[in-house]
This record gives sequence, structure tokens and C-alpha cells, in this order.
Amino acid sequence: MATTTENLPSATQERPIGFGRLKRKEDARFIRGKGNYLDDLRLPGMLHGAILRSPFAHARIKSIDTSRALALPGVLGVVTAKDLETLGLAWMPTISYDTQAVLAGDKVRFQHQEVAFVIATDEYIARDALPLIVVDYEPLPAVVNARKALDPDAPLIRDDKPEQTDNLATPTWEAGDEEATDRVFAQADTVITQDIIYPRCHPAPMETCGMVADFNAETGQLTLYNGNQAPHAHRTVYAHVAGLAEHMIRIIVADIGGGFGNKVPIYPGYVCAIAGSIVTGKPVKWIEDRSENLMSTGFARDYIMHASICAKDGKITGLKVDALADHGAFDSTAQPTKFPAGFFHICCGSYDLQASHVKVKAIYSNKAPGGVAYRCSFRVTEAVYLVERMTEALAVEMGVDPIELRMRSFIGPDQFPYETTTGWTYDSGNYAKTMKVAMEIAGYEELRSEQAEKRARGELMGIGISFFTEGVGAGPRKHMDILGLAMNDGADLRVHPSGQAVVSISAQTQGQGHETTFAQIVSEELGIPPEDVQVRHGDTDKSPYGLGTYGSRSTPVSGGAVAVVTRKVRDKARRIAATMLETRPEDLGWEKGRWFVKGDPEKGALIEDIARYAYSGAPMPEGMEGGLDAQVMYDPPNLTYPYGAYIAVVDIDPETAEVKVRRFIAVDDCGVRINPMIVDGQIHGGLAEGVGIALMEVLTFDESGNCLNGSFMDYLIPTALECPDFELGETVTPCPHHPLGAKGIGESSNVGSPPAIVNAVIDALRQKDPSLRHIDMPCTPDRVWAAMQGRPEPPQ
Amino acid sequence: MQTPAPCDYERATTVDGAIAALAEHGPSARILAGGHSLIPMMKLRLATPEYLIDINDLDELAFIRQDGDLIRIGAMTRHVELLSSELLARHFPVFADAERVIADPAVRNRGTIGGSLCQADPSEDLSAVCAALKAAVMVRGPRGERLIGMHEFHVGPYMTAVAADEILTEVRLLVRPGAGSAHEKVERRAGDFAILAASAAVWIDGGTYVDAGIGLGAAGPTTIDAVEAAEHLQGKAPSEELFQAAGKLAAEAAMPLADTRGPVDYKRHLAEVLTKRALHRATARALQQEA
Amino acid sequence: MQVTITINGQEVTRDVEPRLLLVHFIRDTPGLTGTHWGCDTSNCGACVVLLDGQAVKSCTTLAVMADGHEVRTVEGLEVDGQLDPVQLGFHETHALQCGFCTPGMMMTARALLDEHAAQATGGERLTDHEIRTAISGGICRCTGYKNIVAAIQWAEEYEAAHQVRQEA
Repeated sequence: MATTTENLPSATQERPIGFGRLKRKEDARFIRGKGNYLDDLRLPGMLHGAILRSPFAHARIKSIDTSRALALPGVLGVVTAKDLETLGLAWMPTISYDTQAVLAGDKVRFQHQEVAFVIATDEYIARDALPLIVVDYEPLPAVVNARKALDPDAPLIRDDKPEQTDNLATPTWEAGDEEATDRVFAQADTVITQDIIYPRCHPAPMETCGMVADFNAETGQLTLYNGNQAPHAHRTVYAHVAGLAEHMIRIIVADIGGGFGNKVPIYPGYVCAIAGSIVTGKPVKWIEDRSENLMSTGFARDYIMHASICAKDGKITGLKVDALADHGAFDSTAQPTKFPAGFFHICCGSYDLQASHVKVKAIYSNKAPGGVAYRCSFRVTEAVYLVERMTEALAVEMGVDPIELRMRSFIGPDQFPYETTTGWTYDSGNYAKTMKVAMEIAGYEELRSEQAEKRARGELMGIGISFFTEGVGAGPRKHMDILGLAMNDGADLRVHPSGQAVVSISAQTQGQGHETTFAQIVSEELGIPPEDVQVRHGDTDKSPYGLGTYGSRSTPVSGGAVAVVTRKVRDKARRIAATMLETRPEDLGWEKGRWFVKGDPEKGALIEDIARYAYSGAPMPEGMEGGLDAQVMYDPPNLTYPYGAYIAVVDIDPETAEVKVRRFIAVDDCGVRINPMIVDGQIHGGLAEGVGIALMEVLTFDESGNCLNGSFMDYLIPTALECPDFELGETVTPCPHHPLGAKGIGESSNVGSPPAIVNAVIDALRQKDPSLRHIDMPCTPDRVWAAMQGRPEPPQ
Repeated sequence: MQTPAPCDYERATTVDGAIAALAEHGPSARILAGGHSLIPMMKLRLATPEYLIDINDLDELAFIRQDGDLIRIGAMTRHVELLSSELLARHFPVFADAERVIADPAVRNRGTIGGSLCQADPSEDLSAVCAALKAAVMVRGPRGERLIGMHEFHVGPYMTAVAADEILTEVRLLVRPGAGSAHEKVERRAGDFAILAASAAVWIDGGTYVDAGIGLGAAGPTTIDAVEAAEHLQGKAPSEELFQAAGKLAAEAAMPLADTRGPVDYKRHLAEVLTKRALHRATARALQQEA
Repeated sequence: MQVTITINGQEVTRDVEPRLLLVHFIRDTPGLTGTHWGCDTSNCGACVVLLDGQAVKSCTTLAVMADGHEVRTVEGLEVDGQLDPVQLGFHETHALQCGFCTPGMMMTARALLDEHAAQATGGERLTDHEIRTAISGGICRCTGYKNIVAAIQWAEEYEAAHQVRQEA
């Protein structure tokens, strides 16, 4: 039947059909307090787990006496490594091909490591049992200073691995060309060298990690409820680890109270909950408290870098970096297999360098395992911090304005796609344009004038610049796998007879708004309103395979998948419409939601009509099955390369050394924006994290390996009072290879903001002491004051 | 979340009833007021009282009033009330200064001045305020009532002169002419305890100081009464040099410990700077020209 | 011991241990898991509810202390199918992402607007600083606070325009 354009629902600003500032569908439950987070789950007969953790960073376990704990009414069991050994679960593989103790058997290797698992009828009793477990420890000297980890007399941490004779976790990995780089440095006009540390910090989402494991002994079905950024990959790993059939494992992810990479690894608590459920035959809930979260789950960063940068004829020409990564007691960093240092070698930055060389090696220490987390895009945070600190220091050395140096050195818009000196192919960019927008929003010239006036009065005002290019959306199956699983994402679109649709995705939202944005992609490509598209995710039984949400993958990979699958459906719809309208497919034109006859535009078919037709008994095109659906597994041809220009303005109290971020200007280019409102929100969040990282967040340890920031009293996260009113701008340079022209955005602002703020702090301090070259993060008042006294110290 | 160990509980209906309960249950009993020092410690199992005596129903302990030349603040007065009190703002603006930077608004709705003083955390702001104001506290127990001056109140970290079977009932402040007071605090982030804090109270007559008090918070094992620094002002006229000199003396009186908030030298430096600044503002207020 | 707490206008009576935290009492009540917890040290504000109309951290309060008192949680913001202006504001300005801190933030906002309405007789609006101070006891990892401030300003405007007063 022919239908006309009058039937099409009309798009408005408020309710775009497709891309635009659509308010979020998922808000409906959250604003009513009806979210389904892990601790909200109550199952009949559910038991509670609690973990006893080691007070020592490094110690032999001589004995564990659980008898008093077992005698406490309400305690059903206390699991130790010995019990797990009988199930083959005492050790588990990590995402980086290492092994990690689920419960410590021979010795403990970091403070707060898991030693015993109590199962009780309620959480209060489970925790009451913990102090009743008596563990006899023999403390050992601890490796806390990463630089000393490879000393010949350093205690051996991983004596569980027969081939391990030292504390090297991953051998040196290199990128770039050392010889070419040395030549460039030899010919340079200006060379500076600097030690730069990116201290250990923590993603600390507001919801801690946990799991409810429910094993049904009769059916053999294991159902896991879990805040989990990569449920399909976990399922595959559990099958391997627990010796269970993968098709009998189901992971259900309801709502997650923040991920930021913290919910990517598999934690011992999960395996304990699973073991607990298998042994008791009841659901077992384990959810960690905040100190457990900070002291045992995947931390972020901890890179000690030694770098040199050089310039010739006023432009940056070369960069070399030698980095030492502290991975903690077990190597559980997450990155594609071929890139053991993640994407750190993107530290070549946004500049048209002649050569660069990067070396990274990783060591074990007596600290919690981790390293890749907290919106890092696989070490891009470390890389950008490094190159942007070095660039700013170089500008100072050359006596050149830091923006001017960047403008001269940028990769030009006509040079894209650009092959960097470390092997990246940047897709698209117009860096100078974005930098200029930032300068305009900031009022850069006026800021510099104000700074000069303030300097004359002894006031310390600083302006810091950061320009970053990052690579996100891993990735092409040829190059990128995790544990042998290609980093591709599936998508599945079914249009119902009514013309309403369900799109199933593998990406797992933790607040990014997938229920809205992915509906908008279908809406954009198929022209049905977003309220008619249900996004299904969070259940490995009901969603296609994918590698999960981290590294800003959602838009580049799952977004690409959804665009492609929707186009498949649209194409199918075209051929059905041709049959319906008795014409050929090539004679049909498309306007959102409708195929129409090019020669007679009044004649057409709405998607809903095509859908109804496809399910009816009416004849389908030759060789085509009924229904209106499609399925894809999307293999991105490349990463996407979002970029941004950031400017921070800080004021420092010259007497107390308190730092205040007065303004923060962020201009991001992430290509086409599906929902600008959600994009802005993502940026705001990462900027606040940058304020935290630059000024107050750090995990420090004393010489015995005791963690000194194990609660929110000492792991400080910015409140609304520390964050300025962020000023955002945008440029849009589409990604040439992405189906929607979109790039990832989730991590950009955490990547780009710490160097801007630290650069601003140094710029402020230099108003009084021009010789100050560098200060490491976090720029807490005491550390800033020490720098003002001429003795900037690295943390710990 | 971490959870407390088992305990028993009763809700007191009178002050004397609370005192009797304390006597009956002995050293393993604790008074529960706002609970925002005690309950966090119980959750971390740093405190494991077996018996809690909840005094939140004792309205007779919640007041701020003037009786002649005394301002009296009941022990159950909440931080939020201290912050918004017009009476205190008029006579002792140091309270509002401090309250603005104590914890956060939700905590201030529950925490009390009695609880804060008795917790005696060396970093606690109201202790520095009361020390500078030369306050006295009224304490009641089985042996009756007694008044304890702030200079004798703090005995050590988390230790006060209040006996285990006594309850602090009120804080008393003498109203004298020519008063000005201010509180300065440096913290790592809003809501944190101080890296260092300084409270200053001055009384000026005929253009010179007739009395002064300086209390330093987070400056040692207990609140520091910078007596020498305060006495240095006696009989002198205000000046920037005088504030600086007093600041130096206060820094000498400080006995800070190095911790995650900062090293000793930085804290001493803050003692000097913040004392100077607090004196400057207190003086301006006393002279009724707010800087 | 037995306690009775009026939650969102309904009396809830249960036998509890004295050590039971108010946040757990609330969350153990059917349908009331909207109040969250995020730390051990009273810093994060995810647990904020209104106790007799005041914003209070329910993780730092014992259920027995709330016996005989009134509690309002996020589930009590919507009344007779009408969303509270605070809820509308949060949705309008995209002031939530993962939603975990949101109940605590909204209850804090509700108390702030109620208190400000009672005091600001001349119709003065809350300043940016006043709003940021009011929510400084809550940590949000997702939004960077900018849109939360906007949500509260939106709700304030909405209430001024509709002269709506929410009764606690």
C-alpha cells in the first residue's frame, strides 16, 4: 500500500529522529530510584560472602585457623586456598596471560590480598566472622619502589612461577626507530630531558565491584549477576577457568554504577562467589566495601618515564621515552595482545615529528594488580600526559608561547590519513582549527595580559595548554585481540511487524547512555522514532558477542556495528518495498523512514508498512526470507582518533600553595556527534577526573607496602567546589572510515585534562621562579609548596 | 560497606538518666550524640562499644542563648545551628568561619559541638575555636557539675578532661567588649580535616589589645594553645608586623606530625601564615572594619 | 529491638539489631533500594535521605536512632504520579549518567530548595557557589557536577514559576 510523507512522525529539536540532543530514556528508572544495581538484587536463599584480606604487603602464610569463624552462628563456610585447590580454582588466568591467586596459599603479595572467603546468612555476620579467622604470617621485605624492583637484591615476588627469577613482569617493548631518533636529536637546536611520573590512582566508581553467583546443580546452569564491562569475554574465561560449558554460563548485567575500567578485570571475589555457589547450591552475593575497592581492584597508571624532546627551526622534531610500568603483584593489565604497553606509543602526539622511539618495560611490586583503567584508552592517558608536559617544557626552554610551538608543529589537515613515527594511522584532523576555537573561548590574549598584571603584584596565575590525539575503538581483528578474542562487536536488529524494533548490542553501558544513543543510531538510519527502538544489552544469553565497553569502544565499534546492521535492514526493506511498489530497487529513493519511487515521490512505503508486509504471507523478493532483521559482526578498519584542545587557568595562593582551577576550556573533536548532550556529559565527567588526578588523587604506600589512601578520607575525589564551570566548544571533523563519521569520546577529557592543569600550575609557579621545570602530580598544597621552596619531589 | 560490631542501645530521656546509664554500664558504654565521629569508627571497628546511650532526645541540651555576659551553647547544638546563629555571628563570627569548612552540610545537620569537643580529634576545628575564645565547658557526672577551662580540656589525642562517667553539657563564652575573631583553615579538599587551622580571638580597647587567644588545629597531638603568640599582642597596637611576629611564635608553638596531609615544615609554615591571617581578620572585625 | 520508622509516609516496623545502619534498614524494605551506599567513611553522599526534613547520611545513622522519626527517600519524591521538580530538572539537564549518586544528590537538592524557599523571602535565586556548597558532601564520578548545578537551578526556576511547594 502506498503511504505518503504526512504519515511520517516529525522530528523536533526536543525529539530528533536520529542524531540530536535527545533526553535519555534510561533516566526514567534512575530518577525514581528504580535502578537495578548489583546490591539491589535479592534472590531467595541468597547467602553473603566477605573476604579476609592480608594486612601485610609481602608475607608467607604459615597457617590459617578458621575454626572460630566457622563456629559463629550464621556462618556456613570459610573457604581458603586449600579448598579452592580441590576445585582447581586457587589460581586464575589474568587478561594479560599471567596468573593471579584467587585466595593466597603460599604467601601474600600485596596488602589487602584475598586470603579467605566467608559465606554466611547475612552480610553483618559474614563481616563479624572475619576477625575470628586466625592467620599466622611471616612478614617479608616488600618491593614498593618500582625503580628498585629489578635490583639484584630485591625480594622475589613471583616465586610461584618456576621460570621467574626476578621481578620483571613484561620485557622491554619498543616502538619507533631508535637510530633515526638519535640522528634527529643530534641535529636539533634544542633538547630537553625530564623525568616524569604519572602516579598511581584509581577509577573509584561510586558503585563498588561485586557479584551474585547462582549455580543450579540440577540444570548445570551458572547465572552470574555482575557489574561487568565485558560480560561476553568474562563468560568465555569462566568457561575455561571453571571447566564449565560456556553455553551453560549466563552473565546478566543490570545497571552499573560507574565502570571507568574498574569493572573490566575478573576479581578473586567473583571466583569465590562462584565457588561458594557451586559448593552450597545457593546464590552467593559478594560485594566489596570501598577500602577493598581502593586497595585491591584494578588501579590506574603508575608509569615512571624518562623522556627527551627536541626541536629544530622552531618545530618539535623528535621524542624519546623510556618508561617503567609498575603492574603490581600480578599482571592483570588489559590491552590487546600485540600491545603489552597498550597504546602508550601514541605519545608521538599531535605533532609532525621526524622520528620517535619508545621503550616500556613492566615490573612486579608488592601492590595490588592492575594498571590499565580509569579512562586511559590503554595507556593513552600516560602517553598524552608525557608528550604534553614535555611540549610545554620545551616551549619554555625555547622561549616560545606554548600554543605557538604547537601550531608550528601540528600535523597539517592535508596530511591525513597520517602515518606516525610509531606506526599509527591517524584518520582525520584539523588541529589548528580546534586550537583556535579554544583560544577564542578562553580569551587567550586577555588571559596572558591578566597574568602579566598579576605577576607584577606577586600573584600566581597560570595558564596551561594541552592538545591531544588519542586512538580509541579497538579494533581491527587483524591486529587487536584480548586473550585471543578479536575485538569486534556484534549487533542484531529486529524490526517487529508493528514497525517497532529491538537492537541487541554487545556494548555494556555504565552510564554512557546507550539505551538512548544506540536507539538514535537506528533512528537515524531507519527513520523510526527513537522511542520505537528498544536497546537490549546486559545479558550474554540475549546479546551478540563483543569485547565490551572500555577504551571508548562503544561508538567506534558497537556504534559502527549498529549502523551497519541497520543499513542491512534498510537495504532489505528497499528490496521488499520494490516488490510492494512493483518497481526495481534502484528506482527507489530514501528519506528518513521511507522508500519512495524516485519518479513519483508520492508513491512510497514507510518502514512500518514494509515490516508488516515482511511478516505477512505476501510474496517476498526472489530468494529473500520473511521478517525484517539482520545481524552483523563489525570489524573496524582502524581505530578512530578523536582530539582536543584544552586550556586550564589556575590561581595559586602564594603563601599557602593552594591551587584553584578557575577555568577550564575544552574543545573536543570526536567527529560526528550522535547526541551532543551526552557527549558534553562525558566530557564534563572526565574533566572532573582530571582535576582530581592533577590535584589530589593518588595511591601511596609506605616502605612496608601499607597503602596510605585506602578510604575516601584519604583517596580524595573532587567535589562540586573543586570543579570549575567547564566551558566546552566543539569542532566536527568526521571519521572517514566509520559508518557514521563518529569517533569515540568517553575517555578524551580524562586523557587531555591532567597535563593542562599541571602545565598551568607550573606556569603559575614560574611567575615567581622561572627556573622551575617540572612538578609531579598530584599538585597538593604541600607538594606545591615544596616546589616553591625549590625542591619539587616525586610522590613517595 | 563495613559494618559495626554487635552492641546494645538505650535512648536517654534525661541528662541524669544518661549519666546513670553511663555509670551502670561502665567503660564499654559510649554516649551517642550526632554519631558522625562514633559511628564511622564503629564501622571500621576502631571503636567497639558494647553499650550506646543515645542522647539525641535531650532537647534541654540544645540551645544557644545569652545569659548576662555569658553566651551558653548546649552540647547537643548541631553544627548547622552554630553556622546560622545570629547571636554567635554577632559576638563570635569565628564559629561561622569554622562551620563553613567543617565536613559537609549533611554531616553538619547531625554533628554536635559536644560530640566534636569530646571526640578531641587533634584536627578538629571547634576545639581550636573554643581554645582561642578561652571558653569553658560545663561537665556533669555522678559527683556533680564542674567547669573546665579549654586550656585544661585537651589532654591528648582523642583524650579530654571529661571523665568516663561524665557528660559535657554546655560550652560557655564570656562576652567582653571589643571582641573580634576569625578562623583560617587549609585543607586538601572541601570537607577534609585541616592540614592546619588557626583560630584567633582578640579583644581591643583604646586601640590596643587587652587580650587574645590563638588555637591551632591539626598542629600537634592535641589542639595547640599558642599562648606565647597570643600574649605577644598584649598592650600593643595592631599592625602587619605584629601579626607576622605572632605568626612566627605560633609556628614555634606548633608540634605538627608528618602525615599524608603534609610534612612538618609545610605545616609549621601554615601555622605562621594562618595565624597571621586569622589575627588580621579578627582585628578588623574587632575594629568593625571587615577586611 | 523493635523500631518504627515512617518512610515516605508509611510506617515501617521491624525487629532490628541496634547496630543496623539506617541505610540498610531502608534498603531491606521492599521497593526501597533507591538509597545507595558508596563508601565506608561518610564521604560519598550516595546514602543521603531526609530525616525529619533534613539531609542526613543514612550510612552514619543507626536505624534505632530513627525510631519514631520520619524519613523521606528518593522513592518518596514522586507524589501521586507527579515527579518532583528536582526529578524533572535532573532529567532535563542530563544531570545523571550512571545514576548511582543521583538519589543522594536529588534528596540533597530537595532539602536545599525547601530550606532556601523558606528563607529567601525576596525571591533571590541560589548562587552557583551556594548550590555547589550544598552538594559538596556528595561525590559524582560521571557528570563533573556542571549539569547537576544546572538541574537544581532548573528546579528552582520551575518552582518559582509554578509556586509549587513540596511538603516534606
